[in-house]
Amino acid sequence: MAGLSLDLIALQLFAGLALGAIYVLFAIGLSLIFGMLTVVNFAHGAFYMVGAYVGVYILMLGGDFWICLIAVPLLVGLFGVAVERVLIRPLYGRGIDYPLLLTFGLSYVMVEFVRIAFGKTGFPFDTPEILQGAVNIGVGYFPLYRLFVIGATATVLLALWLFLEKTSFGLIIRAGARDPQIVRVLGVDVARVWLIVFGIGTAIAGFAGLLAAPLQGVIPEMGGTILAEAFVVTVVGGMGSIGGAVLAGLLVGVVVSMTSLFAPEMAKVSIFALMAVVLIIRPQGFFGRAGLMS
Amino acid sequence: MNKITKPGSISRRRLLTTVSAGAALTVSPFRINLLQAQEATIKIGFPVPLTGPYGTEAQDQVRAGQLAIAQFNDAGGLGGRKAELVVRDDKLNPGEAATRTLELVEKEKVNFVVGSLSAAVQLAINNVTKERGIIFNSISQSDAINEAADFSKFTFHEALNPHLTSGAVGRYAFSKFGKKVAFLTADYAYGHEMVRGFLDVGKAFNIENLGDIRHPLGTSDFSTLLPRIQALKPDILCISNFGRDQQIVLKQATDFGVKKTTQIIAPLLSHASRVAAGPQAFEGVIGGCSFYWGIEDKFASTKAFNDAFRKMYDGKLPTDYGALGYGGVRTVLTAVKNAGSVDTDKVIAAMEALKYDFYKGPQYYRKCDHQSVQSVLVIRSKSKDMKNESDVFDVINTDEPNEANLRTCAELGHKS
Amino acid sequence: MSWFQFATRHRASIAGLVVLVFPLVMPFTALAVNILIYGLYALGFNLVYGYLGLLSFGHAALFGTGAYLCGIAIVHFALPWYAAIALGILGGLLMAALIGVLAIRTRGIYFAMVTMALSQCVYYLFYQAVDWTGGENGLRGINVRVIDIFGIKLNFINPLTRYYVIAAFVIAAFFVLSRILASPFGAVIEAVRENETRAKASGYDATVTRLITFVLSGGFCGLAGALQALHLSIVPIEILHYDTSGVVVMIALLGGMGTFFGPMIGAAAFLLLENLVSVWTVHWQLIVGAVFMICVLFFPAGIWGTLISRGKP
Repeated sequence: MAGLSLDLIALQLFAGLALGAIYVLFAIGLSLIFGMLTVVNFAHGAFYMVGAYVGVYILMLGGDFWICLIAVPLLVGLFGVAVERVLIRPLYGRGIDYPLLLTFGLSYVMVEFVRIAFGKTGFPFDTPEILQGAVNIGVGYFPLYRLFVIGATATVLLALWLFLEKTSFGLIIRAGARDPQIVRVLGVDVARVWLIVFGIGTAIAGFAGLLAAPLQGVIPEMGGTILAEAFVVTVVGGMGSIGGAVLAGLLVGVVVSMTSLFAPEMAKVSIFALMAVVLIIRPQGFFGRAGLMS
Repeated sequence: MNKITKPGSISRRRLLTTVSAGAALTVSPFRINLLQAQEATIKIGFPVPLTGPYGTEAQDQVRAGQLAIAQFNDAGGLGGRKAELVVRDDKLNPGEAATRTLELVEKEKVNFVVGSLSAAVQLAINNVTKERGIIFNSISQSDAINEAADFSKFTFHEALNPHLTSGAVGRYAFSKFGKKVAFLTADYAYGHEMVRGFLDVGKAFNIENLGDIRHPLGTSDFSTLLPRIQALKPDILCISNFGRDQQIVLKQATDFGVKKTTQIIAPLLSHASRVAAGPQAFEGVIGGCSFYWGIEDKFASTKAFNDAFRKMYDGKLPTDYGALGYGGVRTVLTAVKNAGSVDTDKVIAAMEALKYDFYKGPQYYRKCDHQSVQSVLVIRSKSKDMKNESDVFDVINTDEPNEANLRTCAELGHKS
Repeated sequence: MSWFQFATRHRASIAGLVVLVFPLVMPFTALAVNILIYGLYALGFNLVYGYLGLLSFGHAALFGTGAYLCGIAIVHFALPWYAAIALGILGGLLMAALIGVLAIRTRGIYFAMVTMALSQCVYYLFYQAVDWTGGENGLRGINVRVIDIFGIKLNFINPLTRYYVIAAFVIAAFFVLSRILASPFGAVIEAVRENETRAKASGYDATVTRLITFVLSGGFCGLAGALQALHLSIVPIEILHYDTSGVVVMIALLGGMGTFFGPMIGAAAFLLLENLVSVWTVHWQLIVGAVFMICVLFFPAGIWGTLISRGKP
């Protein structure tokens, strides 16, 4: 193979980390929501897409990228809170499938709304000026913006970890993920907790969408493919496990990246095959709860 | 009306009654037919992807098709018989396209079908129409539709095919920018056909094929492929993909700095993609297209088409896809007029005999595969010196109509 | 007896009757055929979701395999139409066995994810096998003009004839399903869904039951796929995409899971809605999505399920 060298492989690895970073952000939200609410959010991709479009809108109004970084997760998170309250809450207790089905229908509606509001063709999204260009990271030139994505993801992960480990609300979330009954018995308003968790999960998804926008532009359908890929990540990492989502997200990013190097046509299949294998050997994923089997 | 209401505030009964009333209206025999079906109107079925990512292009096709119909009717039609465009949404899905074509043929009883915007869709439509003896004039790119397996005497192809397009761009680029060529190709029929065309024409120029890197359809991240390509140090990077994929890869290639050392060429550059991706991503990229409004300086027919389109649609200019819609419908209607009837065999003969210049210069249909022999424009994207907001390309070369640029009839499997 | 009891006793016959007069009230015949086919597809899916309680997001693989095998039989092997249909059914059964064996040990959300993953693998495999399947361009050339039944030649191009031939198969499938559900095995299926522990205690192997049900489901979906191939004369690659799996989920819920007529009614409602809305606006996905959400929220038993619960004494 022409030009294959250690440098190239290292560069591919870095590209894989950048790719994985987006997967990680997306999958964390999914995992959080599933871990706490036992809801598989089929509209997660739509929230991701909405995040990108909110960014587009803010830019249209004259704002800049840095404002978007704050505003997008806030606005998307608020929207997520509204969705949970109005659409998903009525379905608790009806069985694990109903929220899944509802969010599935919701994704169709959200995508179409965006099409109506912003048109079908999508928008280009320019990389912010400061972050354009490439830097020499030792093994070659790597786009500065992708380094930023890795950095931003790491920051969000750190913030999330601090929130979960060091605050009392985080404690409730962790307890609630392990045993919602007891938490309720202890007098905590579980409904409010779930509301906030859903908001946080969707906010992170919107943030991921914003980060992804300069990489690939913005179209109404951008949530569909990443959703399927993120399910792979969530299942491989273990539903409900943040650590699992991080590890699996990076792993999937690297797998796609390395497969692209040797056999690009197999890049897409590789992650689904990976998922199938993991599920057969270790159905709960890396760090998932074993109890989820039945 | 479509508000999502809080639980309990609309009674189930109200909801049910409204829905069943709507359903009853659907199935009642007195359904309002939007397009009045007059006796003996010449109907042309027009399945195009109104929903989905190419909705804009499809709507342009419809507009241009309607223009052709209007011109035919205003000129008196066929001895007073008017024509009508029966538009349907194929949703860019071959299965849906087949269903719509069945509806057009069986229920609407269309005389002819023109349309489609993807290879898979046109092949699906073609399969349905040829089994029922209906003429189908396809207006989107495909190499397969010329081949013997899919072809039938009822099949016509107004649009370019990948071989023709890549040949035109290759002939221009390989003579100017260097011999070391790398390929980045979408892993599906369209991509493969384009690369095949490039390699074919590249033989004559002795190009050095540095490698063909395939990417799956719908790739949103090329960061894993671009470093590899840059490491090959190509003079020319030939990117064969379409629509979304093309917009993304051009954007990312720009970000990675590929354009500094390499000339990027693409087989096809569409107006809609250029607008969607923005000037930065497309800047300096060279590619092919079937039509650009800017050639009105060269051809009277283009000027006439542009003016008529501007008049009918508030000053808008037609795009490449629009022109195909226009050409596809107008050739059929002209053949009908020449044949003096809508009888299929007579119209086929008239189309085969047709020598026309409707929007871009002289064209005609080759006998063995009904491929429209036409010019191919080589264009370069630009962002400065724009005469108006539609002036996004410069035409830097034209491949004149020449059967030698097509694959031979024998190659395609046609017996002579 | 109440109309409900009467209907339940003669459900297959009533269904057959409706199917017979159907094309006369539909906007166009090809749509009626699509409804039948998707109804059958949903019927197969319903066996697994409605009766067994397993949410599968990979049923497109079964539907698509049936379609492709039928098409390949005709295009590449020039087999007669009945052999092609038989191959389609066989394809559905085998693919279901393959996926089932790998997936059946998982439950709940995991089952949905595994089936989706495996189904996507099938999609990519068929996509790459261009020489057999036509790849992205789809399989063309499934041109059956004449259906020859014991010397009687039927013109398959004629829309009504095509409808009735396909309807015959669908009606037959209705009968077979009716027999299965009424059989002891049918009772075991419901037992496993209602209370697995107890079913196991009674000596029934839950895993084997699930697997067999899944495979049977594949047979019905495979038949639906084969009929679709004959109807459209093509097999598009999209038939294996997860969107097709999603559509059958929507249809099953819309119609009413775990009911006999639900799937067919769901298919009719869904396709009619899509067809109707598409005429008036390009934003049909909005309406379809909204209707679906309304069903999930207010009518979880689906159209038919809700009607039945009203009619029950």
